[in-house]
Amino acid sequence: MTFDALRSNKNAQIVLGLFFGIIFGFLLQKSGVTEYGVILGQLLLTDFTVVKVMLSAIIVGMIGVYAMKAAGLVNLHYKVGSIGATIIGGLIFGAGFAILGYCPGTVAGAVGSGAVDALIGMIGIVIGAGVFARLYPRLNRTILNRGVFPAETIPELIGVRPMIVVAGVAVLIVGVLYLLNFAGL
Amino acid sequence: MIEWFTMATWSPYIVGAGIGVLIWFTFLLSDRPLGCSTAYAKTAGMVETGISHEKAESMPYYQKFTPAVDWQWILVIGIIIGAFISAYLSGTFSVLVVPPLFAETFGGDAVFRGVIALFGGILMGIGARWAGGCTSGHGISGALQLSLASWVAACCFFIGGILVAGMIYGFSFI
Repeated sequence: MTFDALRSNKNAQIVLGLFFGIIFGFLLQKSGVTEYGVILGQLLLTDFTVVKVMLSAIIVGMIGVYAMKAAGLVNLHYKVGSIGATIIGGLIFGAGFAILGYCPGTVAGAVGSGAVDALIGMIGIVIGAGVFARLYPRLNRTILNRGVFPAETIPELIGVRPMIVVAGVAVLIVGVLYLLNFAGL
Repeated sequence: MIEWFTMATWSPYIVGAGIGVLIWFTFLLSDRPLGCSTAYAKTAGMVETGISHEKAESMPYYQKFTPAVDWQWILVIGIIIGAFISAYLSGTFSVLVVPPLFAETFGGDAVFRGVIALFGGILMGIGARWAGGCTSGHGISGALQLSLASWVAACCFFIGGILVAGMIYGFSFI
C-alpha cells in the first residue's frame, strides 16, 4: 500500500495524532457538545445536538471509508462484541455519561474550554480504566466472553452486501435527521 | 472566512460532516479509527508503571494496551488544545467549576460537583474499557464501519445515559 511508510513511521504518527486531535477538539468545541448542559440535554431528550453531530459524522465517514475500502486504500478495524462485554460495559458507560456529563473525547474538549469539573472527570476516567485493567483477567475469564455476537458487522449479520447496507443506513440517517428537524428538536 | 473561526457555534451537521472527513484521514494516513478511551487506559498504565514497573509489565491488560505516548494518547492532548483554540477564538473560554444546569438543581458547591464528576468519570472509565470503546470509538468510528458491536454499544450508552439522566433530573415531558 502507498501509505505503509507513513503509517509505520512512529514519529510522524505522533505528529499526526496531535494534529487530528486538535482538529477534533476544535470541531467538538464549535458544536457545543463539550458543554455539560448540551450532553445532559441530549440524555434528557430536550437537545439533539449530540445525535445530530454523531449521525452526520457516521453518514459522511461511512460513505468515504467504504469508498476507500472498495478502492483498496484503507483497512477496516472492528472487533466482535458480546452481551457480557458490549451490553454490560455499554450500560455502565451510559451511567457514567449521565453522572459526569461528558464523554472521554468531549471531556478533554471541555477542559480546553475551561471546565474544571471536566479535568476531575478525566482523572476519574483514568482511575476507572485502571480499575478495569486490574479486574481484567478475572472479568475476561468470567463475563466478557459470555454471549458472543454471531457476526462482526451488520452486513455479515443480515447477509447483505456492504454497499447495500451503506446505502440503507445513509437513507435511514437522512430520514432520522429530517424527522428531528420536522419535530423541531 | 475568518469570522467562521470566531463564531461561537457551528451547525451540528457541519461539525459532524467535518468529523466524518477527519476520520477518512485517520484511516488513510494512520490506518486507525478515531477513538479516545484507549488513551485513558494507557495513562492508567503509566501510573501503574510509575508505582511498580514489574507489576505493570505483568498485567495482561497493559500487554494489550502498552502504556506509551503514541498516536492514541497524544490525540486526547490534541483535543484539549483544539478546543482551547476554538474557545479562545470565539471568546467563549471561561474557567468554570460547576456547570449552570448542575448548579440550578444541586447548588454551586464546587466540592460536591467535583466528587460527582470523579465518581461519574470512574464509572465511565470502567464502562468504556469494559465495552471496548466510547462515544467516538464505538459511537462514531465503529458505527460508520457498520460494526455490530459498535451499534449495540452506542445504543447501550444512550439507554444507560437516558435512564440515569432521567433519575437525576427527571424528564420535562413526563
